Amino acid sequence: MKTQFVALRTPIIAMIVALTITAVLLLLAGADVFAAFGVLLTGALTTPSRIADMLMLLAPLLLCAVGLTMSFAAGQYNLGIEGQMTVGGVAAMWFLRGYQDGAPVLVYWIGAVLCGMLMGALWALLVALLKRYMRVSEIFAGLGFNFVALGLALYLVFGPWKRPGVASMSGTEPLADALWLPTVTGTRLTLVTPLLAIVMLAIVWRLIRHTHWGLQVRACGLSALASVRMGVPATRRTLEAMALCGACAGMAGALQVIGVYHALVPNVASGIGLMGLLVALLVRADIRWVAAVALFFAVITSGSIQLPLTLSIDSSISGVLQGLIVLAVIVARARRGEEVA
Amino acid sequence: MKQQMVSGRTSRTMMLVVVALLSLVFSACAAKSSAPAADEKFVFGLVLVGPINDGGWSQAHYDAAKYVESKIPGSQMVYVDKVNPADRPNVKVEQVVDELIAKGAKLIVTTSDDFKDGTRESAKAHPDVTFVHASGDDVLTGKAPANLGNMMGRMEYGKMIAGCAAALQSANGNISFIGPLVNDETRRLADSAFLGAKYCWNKRGGDPAALKFNVTWIGFWFNIPGVTLDPTKVVNDFFTAGSDVVISGIDTPEAIVEAGKAQAAGKAVFAIPYDFKDACAKGEAACLGVPYFNWVPAYTKLINDVKAKTWKSEFTMFGPDWADINAVEKSGIGFVKGKALTAENATKLDAFIAELAGGLNLWTGPINLQDGTAYLKAGEVATDKQVWYMPQLLEGMQGQSVSK
Repeated sequence: MKTQFVALRTPIIAMIVALTITAVLLLLAGADVFAAFGVLLTGALTTPSRIADMLMLLAPLLLCAVGLTMSFAAGQYNLGIEGQMTVGGVAAMWFLRGYQDGAPVLVYWIGAVLCGMLMGALWALLVALLKRYMRVSEIFAGLGFNFVALGLALYLVFGPWKRPGVASMSGTEPLADALWLPTVTGTRLTLVTPLLAIVMLAIVWRLIRHTHWGLQVRACGLSALASVRMGVPATRRTLEAMALCGACAGMAGALQVIGVYHALVPNVASGIGLMGLLVALLVRADIRWVAAVALFFAVITSGSIQLPLTLSIDSSISGVLQGLIVLAVIVARARRGEEVA
Repeated sequence: MKQQMVSGRTSRTMMLVVVALLSLVFSACAAKSSAPAADEKFVFGLVLVGPINDGGWSQAHYDAAKYVESKIPGSQMVYVDKVNPADRPNVKVEQVVDELIAKGAKLIVTTSDDFKDGTRESAKAHPDVTFVHASGDDVLTGKAPANLGNMMGRMEYGKMIAGCAAALQSANGNISFIGPLVNDETRRLADSAFLGAKYCWNKRGGDPAALKFNVTWIGFWFNIPGVTLDPTKVVNDFFTAGSDVVISGIDTPEAIVEAGKAQAAGKAVFAIPYDFKDACAKGEAACLGVPYFNWVPAYTKLINDVKAKTWKSEFTMFGPDWADINAVEKSGIGFVKGKALTAENATKLDAFIAELAGGLNLWTGPINLQDGTAYLKAGEVATDKQVWYMPQLLEGMQGQSVSK
């Protein structure tokens, strides 16, 4: 009991610090602080349709956070997650463009998701290979590849995949209605999306915590050199972990195309990968907390849409709060001399 | 070590604080949830692509809606602004519409070309709510459900006046146009500005071959760093390349801001902003005038029609009231002359406006498209649809007609 409280103390102090700073900011903006927190925490949960929208944000966020937990466990700070999500969306769209009326949609859905996963994995592998063989930091390589991925999506949307006669970043022509993932009546929830996220969570959980492979990955994360000396194929494990992370992100991108945007939009990643990074930073490669933290982030992000409507407060306060929590936790860890992430 | 010893008590205290804090929050929102319903209220919702103070397109909508709200008793506006992939990356139009309807909106106006698909989906999901997509064409294409209409101002006239003002004041006839993305609407408006410029340039006695009209598209309605071209840079490139008037077709005021700075630095350059009545304020010394949307008449009619249940799905276009194009309650399209327009040119511009009011139609053939194909035969007058669905820029204009 006591040790658990000790473990929880850092996040709780950090949470209070973050909430306090956010409250001060809200006060400075002349807002009703309690009402604002109320909207943030419960706004996404008040109607079935809002819960559905929150779950549709949670699913790709969870996929990214799960993937990143994998890559963090291997000691890789995969900042290229947004790009991996983007190319996942691009690959899915590429596959779906072959669809013709009457073709079996299930084949196209599965194909699109697999294409997204494959492309996301390859994109992540590029970063990992650059790190392993060219000594390019995966942080900078990942960020660089994010821009390349965005450039690719922009080129396709403005160029070969443009709407007839139109050049706009608003996206490609929408997919045929049949290709839209079916939704729960009256909402925008496509059940399969959160289900797939949970499946990936379960798979990665099992891999990291209950397999020899996962042990080796974690050993690489702790010390690549030591793990090599212990006979762990460190290069291979690191590349595999990165590829798996990329696959998760690519799957998220593909699902955004068939389940949310129903088209390829340049901003298909839309900051979800970065939010996943915040989640991964908070849980520090501990897969047990990923779902809870991702849920919390999804709830406040989704609920924040109501801030401008009900209280005339800018919704970006949710991002401020998320950022502050992560910052406070990292500062608290640094003060205690722990490893930061 | 010491920390460890006291930690048990401290954490329990902290847990208490957190629980207390959370319960406060929850009770605060519970108290908020029961608002009394006012009688005879009519709530209408706006979905805006930019911020309400963008000094352009979105502000024109917002200000008009505010004005109408103050004039029609019982009406109340609710809105969400900045609905675009840069400002609200994970928010879809459909979601915003749901929130506005949850606030009681019986009428939803969506105001960006970008919202076409989302508006249609929302309209299908909420058959009891009236939807109007400003700048869309779902009614023309037959895709609109019965509760979705379209409306748009005949900005062609505003742009013709803008083009004329540019041609009157330009020293060298080198005019540039900064456009958003390429589609029917933006081609239509760029073409209209060109037609106005050509007419007034020729009337002024300028050498027809000397008139240059160069169009650059940035890729969206406003600057999105890393995604669109940077409008500030585009405008300055125009000036560097010898243009002395820039006409803006984007939602934000970079053209007038940069022209104002260049004027202050001693360059004789001018700009014509877009969308919003007071846009000249961002660079008075360089402003030739601004064509703007006045949504007041359209919103007033729309709300009254929906309230009276006489509204039906149609494609509505409104234009200037030629008796006074700047009449707040009557004219849907206006033009405010800028301080930089000389008195002589202002008189000539008024004469041009009077000609338009008298029935001058610049969309009369012969008009060729940019690639040389004939669009209108000699004497042929364009139909509304021919103007709306403008396939290319016109012969004599430089710039991209469709996407790369």
